[in-house]
Amino acid sequence: MNVFVILRRLKGLIYKETLQILRDPSSLLIAFFIPVMFLFLYGYGLSLDIKDIKLGIVMEDTAPRAQSLVRSFMNSKYYDVRIDHNKKVFEKQLIAGKIKGILVIPQDFSKKLQNKEDIAPIQLITDGSDPNTANLIQNYTRGVWQNWLIQESYNRPQNQPIGQINMISRVWFNSELKSANFIIPGIIAIVMALVGTLLTSLVLAREWERGTMEALMATPVTIVEIILGKIIPYFILGMISMALTVIAGILLFEVPFRGSVFWLLIMSSVFMFISLFLGLLISTVTKSQFVAFMTSLIVAFLPTFILSGFLFEISSMPEIIQLISVLIPARYFVLGIQTLFLAGNVPEVFIPDTLKMIAFGIIVFLITAKVTVKRLD
Amino acid sequence: MTKPLVKINNLSKRFPKSNGFALNNINLEICTGAITGLVGPDGAGKSTLIRMIASLLLPTSGNVTVNEFDSAKEAHKIQSIISYMPQKFGLYEDLTVIENLNLYADLKNITGNEKESQFKRLLKFTDLERFTSRLAGDLSGGMKQKLGLACCLIKTPQLLLLDEPSVGVDPISRRELWTMVKELVNDEMGVIWGTAYLDEAEKCDDVLLLNEGNLLFQGKPDKLYERVKNRTFQIQNIEGSNRKVLTTALTNSKVIDGIIQGRSVRIVTREESVFPSTQEIDSGLDSRIVKVAPRFEDAFIDILGGGPGGISLLSEEMLNIPEYKEDIINVNCLTKAFGDFIAANNICFSVKQGEIFGLLGPNGAGKSTVFKMMCGLLKPTNGTADIAGYDLRTAPGEARSKLGYMAQKFSLYDNLNVQQNLNFFAGIYGLSGRKKHKKIEQMIKIFDLKQYLETSAGDLPLGFKQRLALSCAVMHNPPVLFLDEPTSGVDPITRREFWVHINGLVQKGVTVVITTHFMDEAEYCDRMGLIYQGNLIAIGSSDELKNSVRSEILPDPTLEDAFIELIKAENLQRQALK
Repeated sequence: MNVFVILRRLKGLIYKETLQILRDPSSLLIAFFIPVMFLFLYGYGLSLDIKDIKLGIVMEDTAPRAQSLVRSFMNSKYYDVRIDHNKKVFEKQLIAGKIKGILVIPQDFSKKLQNKEDIAPIQLITDGSDPNTANLIQNYTRGVWQNWLIQESYNRPQNQPIGQINMISRVWFNSELKSANFIIPGIIAIVMALVGTLLTSLVLAREWERGTMEALMATPVTIVEIILGKIIPYFILGMISMALTVIAGILLFEVPFRGSVFWLLIMSSVFMFISLFLGLLISTVTKSQFVAFMTSLIVAFLPTFILSGFLFEISSMPEIIQLISVLIPARYFVLGIQTLFLAGNVPEVFIPDTLKMIAFGIIVFLITAKVTVKRLD
Repeated sequence: MTKPLVKINNLSKRFPKSNGFALNNINLEICTGAITGLVGPDGAGKSTLIRMIASLLLPTSGNVTVNEFDSAKEAHKIQSIISYMPQKFGLYEDLTVIENLNLYADLKNITGNEKESQFKRLLKFTDLERFTSRLAGDLSGGMKQKLGLACCLIKTPQLLLLDEPSVGVDPISRRELWTMVKELVNDEMGVIWGTAYLDEAEKCDDVLLLNEGNLLFQGKPDKLYERVKNRTFQIQNIEGSNRKVLTTALTNSKVIDGIIQGRSVRIVTREESVFPSTQEIDSGLDSRIVKVAPRFEDAFIDILGGGPGGISLLSEEMLNIPEYKEDIINVNCLTKAFGDFIAANNICFSVKQGEIFGLLGPNGAGKSTVFKMMCGLLKPTNGTADIAGYDLRTAPGEARSKLGYMAQKFSLYDNLNVQQNLNFFAGIYGLSGRKKHKKIEQMIKIFDLKQYLETSAGDLPLGFKQRLALSCAVMHNPPVLFLDEPTSGVDPITRREFWVHINGLVQKGVTVVITTHFMDEAEYCDRMGLIYQGNLIAIGSSDELKNSVRSEILPDPTLEDAFIELIKAENLQRQALK
């Protein structure tokens, strides 16, 4: 078989596909609108940081030290504090969801604080129907409380207990604990999984629906040429879409990019190929745009969203789910790209992850090539 | 010298999940130098056979060879010497004419001077030179079909496979395509032309007749006519109702098949030269019985064992429709615009009670638009339509209760079974209790649906789908019936049966409005309107339309001839106006 003949056919197919991409708004819409929508939705809409949480403080004790504690709550950027002397008022508001927690400073607070032997308790009531926020309030309150204690003991050195452990914590890689810093790289992974899968699954299903696939198959073109003719143009489009998402993430959300473009290209190329082949596989099996679309959402988007570790910590999932997540290629990509953004080049992470993704790619390709025979049955 | 090109031995094809064979033990040979017509109703196995020759489907048993290459093992070699045009022409609608041609030139490795000269030749041949930069999606059906053909001919194939190339295309383009393909055929090239139009089959050099996966006949059309030689007659100059004459003729034991042709009735007899007398069929003193040339369909019906007879159980059970003195349907200047596009332009006509009125025209001409406005499914931009005195805009409910509607493709609920469909439609037409029960029982009996009661409508054979759709449309005794392409794709026997019911209903006073693209079916209509590019360009009975184009060149025009002439005249007139 003459190589030039093959290249000419491939050229014909790629040129045709490029024209179709440029003329048909739907693939451009997928490649550019989905990333923008996801960036805005998740970048702005989904924040795991707490800020200005509404907290009611019941001051049963009004002594200066109790007031000093309340002031440190008021100064904290995490809380939006309101004060009352009656607990009943806040209980009603908590039930109505108007505030997220109640802090009670009991009547004997200052008295017990004075007495070295005694423990001075404060009571925190949180809204367990939103466990995430409840947890955060607990932690932050403990933080504020500890800071205040330390401050108090500096002010009154005579009260400082001997041998108290002073913990200074440091957070590496995302020192501001800004959630955008790990959400944005995760979004890039999700966008790539979804865009890659949708691009190929929809366009190929369209060829089946319009009967052009049948006409194509009756020509001397080989099945590998048909697959490459689809993959190459959509790979380029998908990578442009990826690059835009990365740039927008860095510019709009000020996410640091500490790694190298080289590794970004390596890992995202491999992941993009997996997504594109998955899309081909879906459309070959479904042969209808609607079913292909739904299947892409279920196969590409949901597992990537839930099981990749992008939002939900894999190590805290039940073991069986953890085992399943090993089969989600996005899991490796999310880890890789988050590392790339926040920690920099760590080949010890990248190389095994990339190899695992390549293994996935080969499996998906082999299945696709096996399923996509040049026949209608 | 013509030579054998395709050989098929004991070929069978069975699709997974289906009960029967799509193709059943087919043996045949196809030669170069001829157009081989592959004829049969929908679901007969035409497309399956063509796809198997193109080695897009594997045989379940038996084998196919093209130029000695085996379809299962040497698909690539076969695909290098054939060209295949699938049903939807296989064009990329968002590419221009020239871009489509370029793609196929690349795929078939045609370059340089050869490409230049081929493009020039093909564009001239298909008359597409002026449209090279137009998107394929913006071309008319006829032009798409020509472009599809041009894409197939960039590299001259040894075998050209055309799967229903003339469906949905206006009659002029159909004839042009035929002439083009006829010109192409030579001793080095064979053509297989799949079609559901039996009149197209008559023109083929060689014919393969398929029905339900079985090859009923292979050979020259003339050979098929031998079967029905001296058995086809026309009853002319009929006094009174031609439908009554047809019904009487069909109940006569000497007659196996009959149809209406304008004012006349055409029959096929059981034996050569033995036909009933005019008294027997009660056609009047002045009527005469004349021998006519046999047609393809006569032979097809004869092979299948004759038509269904003339008695319609449906019309026997149906009540007489009270007489309505004025025109029962009035369409006044209906116009429908979708944005800039005028789908129907100022359409006016009226229909009397007991008439069959046909709306005819190629796909996309606007007949369905007019139809939908008449049934109140589409709001007209301008104009009115009333049925039995009710305006569809002011009293849509009352007007609609007067009509039964059978939509294209028989729109039934595919997921419901036959019983559930009947229950549903009886319910929406306001039948309930004992009355509903009795009516459904009646329909099951008349249309012989008992064996399929539990079958999903989507899995029914096409003929039964059509029966079920008709039964759902007539359950509430409507005085007016709207039928949108009611016989599209069904086999001739089922079509006959359908028309027996319609004739019976009309004799009870039902008025029928029908769309069709089968010309011989248009002959059943008392009057018809020809719609072309949104305009009603002619209206009249079949004989009137034929007479209007009769000339020295066309001394005995068929209805199709009449339509082609009328469309040509319209085109000329428009050019003159420009």
